Amino acid sequence: MKIKITPAIRAETKRESMPVNYYIFLAIALFCIGVAGVLTRRNAIIIFMCIELMLNAVNLLLVAFSKMHHLALKATNPNAGIEGQLFVFFIMVVAAAEVSVGLAIIAMMYRNTHSVDVNFLNRLKH
Amino acid sequence: MNATQFLFWFLSVVAIFSAIMVVVSKNPVHSVLWLIIVFFTISGHYILLNAQFLAIVNLIVYAGAIMVLFLFVIMLMNLNSDTEPQKNKWLKIAGVIGGGALLLVLVAALKDADIKNQLAQTGTGDIGLIHNLGIALFNDYVIPFEVSSILFLSAMVGAVVIGKKE
Repeated sequence: MKIKITPAIRAETKRESMPVNYYIFLAIALFCIGVAGVLTRRNAIIIFMCIELMLNAVNLLLVAFSKMHHLALKATNPNAGIEGQLFVFFIMVVAAAEVSVGLAIIAMMYRNTHSVDVNFLNRLKH
Repeated sequence: MNATQFLFWFLSVVAIFSAIMVVVSKNPVHSVLWLIIVFFTISGHYILLNAQFLAIVNLIVYAGAIMVLFLFVIMLMNLNSDTEPQKNKWLKIAGVIGGGALLLVLVAALKDADIKNQLAQTGTGDIGLIHNLGIALFNDYVIPFEVSSILFLSAMVGAVVIGKKE
């Protein structure tokens, strides 16, 4: 669906809004820093933290899009865009569960190999 | 440049700098502390977008619970810059080039996108308040909410089962 913003609405909301492409580029930058971190580091905990960074970049983008959707459609639906923020809430829930299990796995790996170097895990190949 | 724009640029610069420091810090404890700064700046962005509930949840869940868990594990293992595994220099360069290429592709794909003239509302709008989010969550999203509680239970059991000594 195409969202139309007339110049009148734009002038009215100019003071209280940011162009959404700034948020897109900020989220892209954070996401790519996370990707580069996963590719360059060998410490399993740092890799895990970079994954959290990527999740947060996506969360920020979802909230920005939710507010964009709300601004465009609030005349017809006062709750437009609320789904985006609920998605972010559920992403945080899943991330918390993921971290608890992931850190348990890293702790077990450290107990067996006395290292958090992910290259020790390449014996899973054999 | 008004106050909103100034805050946006300030938070963005701090977030990107801290994110880079997360990746380049040699000491894992410093990485965790930089990541906490990133989470604070992202919470600042949520407040700027008037998503107040998510800002507070982000602080409590991420900066509070998850980062404490990371710090706890790092200190339990007594990691510091001496025990940091070093990667081959060429693999590091390849990783940075890979991340930079992804950045380039995404920016090139999105810089002329149709969406660039849209505005994101800051400071006003009440969909981010806990009242509206709670009504939507417990009316339309009750099933996912309950399923996530089962997910949490299984994650807790999984963490205990994986973590216990056999």
